[in-house]
Amino acid sequence: MSEPATPDAASPEEGDDEGRTDRAEQPEQTDEEAAAAREDAATRAPGSGANAVVAALEAAGVETAFGVQGGAIMPVYDALSESSVHHITMAHEQGAVHAADAYGIVRGDPGVCLATSGPGATNLVTGIADASMDSDAMLALTGQVPSDMVGSDAFQETDTVGVTAPITKHNYFASDSDEVGRTVGEAFALANTGRPGPTLVDLPKDVSFGETDRPVGEPTAPERAVPDDEADEEQVEAAARAIETAERPLCLFGGGVIKGDATEQARAFAREFGIPVVTTMPGIGSFPEDDDLCLSWAGMHGTGYANMAITHTDCLIAVGTRFDDRLTGGVDTFAPEAEVVHVDIDPAEISKNVHADYPVVGDAGTVLDQLDAAIGYGDAPDTEAWREQCAEWREEYPMDYAIDPDEPVKPQFVVEAFDAATGDDAYVTTGVGQHQMWAAQYWTYREPRTFVSSHGLGTMGYGLPAAVGARVAADDDREVISFEGDGSFLMTIQELSVAVRENLDITVVVLNNEYIGMVRQWQDAFFEGNHMASQYDWMPEFDTLAEAFGAKGFRIDEYDDVEAVVEEALAYDGPSVVDAHIDPEENVYPMVASGAANGQFALAEDQL
Amino acid sequence: MTGEDEHAATDGGTDHPADSPIAEHARPAGGDAPETGLAGPTPEERPHPSGRRDEHGVRKEPDDGGEPTRRATVSALVEDEPGVLARAAGLFRRRQFNIESLTVGPTTVEGHSRITLVVEETEAGIDQAKKQLAKLTPVIAVGELSDDAVAAELVLLKVRGEEPDKVHAITSMYDGETLDAGPRTITVQITGDENLIDDAIDAFDQFGIIEIARTGQTALERGDSPTTPGEEPGHSAGSTDDDEFTNYDD
Repeated sequence: MSEPATPDAASPEEGDDEGRTDRAEQPEQTDEEAAAAREDAATRAPGSGANAVVAALEAAGVETAFGVQGGAIMPVYDALSESSVHHITMAHEQGAVHAADAYGIVRGDPGVCLATSGPGATNLVTGIADASMDSDAMLALTGQVPSDMVGSDAFQETDTVGVTAPITKHNYFASDSDEVGRTVGEAFALANTGRPGPTLVDLPKDVSFGETDRPVGEPTAPERAVPDDEADEEQVEAAARAIETAERPLCLFGGGVIKGDATEQARAFAREFGIPVVTTMPGIGSFPEDDDLCLSWAGMHGTGYANMAITHTDCLIAVGTRFDDRLTGGVDTFAPEAEVVHVDIDPAEISKNVHADYPVVGDAGTVLDQLDAAIGYGDAPDTEAWREQCAEWREEYPMDYAIDPDEPVKPQFVVEAFDAATGDDAYVTTGVGQHQMWAAQYWTYREPRTFVSSHGLGTMGYGLPAAVGARVAADDDREVISFEGDGSFLMTIQELSVAVRENLDITVVVLNNEYIGMVRQWQDAFFEGNHMASQYDWMPEFDTLAEAFGAKGFRIDEYDDVEAVVEEALAYDGPSVVDAHIDPEENVYPMVASGAANGQFALAEDQL
Repeated sequence: MTGEDEHAATDGGTDHPADSPIAEHARPAGGDAPETGLAGPTPEERPHPSGRRDEHGVRKEPDDGGEPTRRATVSALVEDEPGVLARAAGLFRRRQFNIESLTVGPTTVEGHSRITLVVEETEAGIDQAKKQLAKLTPVIAVGELSDDAVAAELVLLKVRGEEPDKVHAITSMYDGETLDAGPRTITVQITGDENLIDDAIDAFDQFGIIEIARTGQTALERGDSPTTPGEEPGHSAGSTDDDEFTNYDD
């Protein structure tokens, strides 16, 4: 291969140090020094609005931001050059917003992205909507034309606040250089308060240029936006009584368990009472999938046993989930036997999609501890028969696939091969489509925040920029694997240039079937096999393309390639792309048709 | 995952060791397993509970009918900042809540406004509308007005001026006011609850209504009850302590 065109390339070891050790060293430089730096940023006179914006980021402890330069945001970038905030220039604003999103998911703090006005801001929109749907904490900063030109249809003017209002938790139009620092701090804090979500501050150029000596202060969310962690005692008691009297209780752990850092409490709760667990897709990693209690994830492409358990439970203990339609299937047939205990920090989620018989509003971990305390030891439900039933379903509906060694490689095999060769704490990012489902089904997740994906919005092209963000956020010793489809990968492939420039050790695995595979699967099932606009007549060779970018390219054509490619790609210290040519006709099963009952999952196309 | 013995035994003719990952999944061509898809009982062979939920996810008897809608007046105390009305209106549009009317105006507290909404929704829809509104950052508190709340709206009616005496009589009947009287048109103002306004419009119809401008409903709770939770009745300007207000969250 050609060496990456970076000075670090000659020595990958050094390159690695250059790329990421800064952060590894920071804990040593910290905590007191970091706290002092934050304090200094919060209390110093910034001088200008742009400096106030940057000081607010520093006061919030932001280490990394992702963005793309441009006219109206230039003053902020100018200020950023003097800052402790490490900026990573992405190839496209969509790359910046997804990278920030993934960075935030891995770190548990809001990711930060920057873009200029107009197209810069509108290019962020997809990623902001993605973060909004998945309740990911994120702060977007956008440049805006000078205040006196706002409304005049000036060059690169867009009503960014108007465009992003429905897809942000809240957004702000900065109108005063004295206030802008505090506003940025508030937006940052708000993003991570209660139910997380994206926030945005629109920064007119004159506000950034304007003078100010007002210190930005510590980032503080509006008091009204800070919910009580603890749930009402009556709600907890009622839910506890329902759980005690259940015969077939089932925990449903959603993304809120992970975002609320409640995985320990969730694991302790289910294990203490012997309650089987299913997760949602965003909840993957909240409970170890190799634990006997865990039935993996439920929903459209969830396991048969998880969907059977949901169909037959008489008490669904749902924590931190919004009952998305991909989870519930038809609401009329969702968990039809179950009384629903719904724990959520957002009262608006209670009874939004599925009626909660026992609403419990509060922080996931706090409420699980409250429930744990409220269920008497002698009163815990006897779940032995129910657990045996779940185990039978696990036998009846195995997640398996058949291999003919002479046929094209099954995608599931590639996923399992990478899983087997990586640590339990490796991060997986994905695009959206069939490859995403296989990566979710055939990788065994054990730790929270290790499955980084686009769930609610279903954004193709999420995987690569997310891998960039995850890599920057993650500890050096944890691997980052990005599964992409050929169609999904092409949507944001330009971010490979960033991975090469920053010498990020990521492995992109393209499960290449030369189809928009999930669309092809649906066309076969519901459109009489009419492959309109889903089949690619021609695709670039991704391994060669990777080399042109300066990354390392690999190719899998048959089963005998897999072992060596997995080993070499993982060993390569830098970005690598594995172009895995898979069985183009392989489909994702089980599958619950849209609006159907979860228990009616199809195991093959003729059952749809 | 299961039946590994089978897999090992049927590793037909390849050179993969029996314990290799490939052999573990290998199946003979034309075996029981489908080309693509999974093994297991078909949907028809599985037990299915007969229970059902309604459109709001409430478990119900199979022959339950749909849920009735009702009209609710919702009052939101909000920060008086640019865009707050657009945020509220956008929220209702996006989530397909059926708004009958929406009005906004200042309150006794500087920097606070009151948005009054009338929605026609099911019980669950009204509950969602209130909760979603309460989530908007500039919204301080949200309350639903009780049935005996005082409510009023205003209409301006421009009618033909051929019969000024009769127009005046009808205007008096509805305790209205004549705002403009000319040779050809008379413009009157009527205030009252929705039914009274509807009646008045019917009554003026006989003269020929040329133009009409009607506000939405605005409303306050009667007596000492606060219109939104935590709002202190009788308070005038100066009380901006946010601690006194709490989000509606039940």
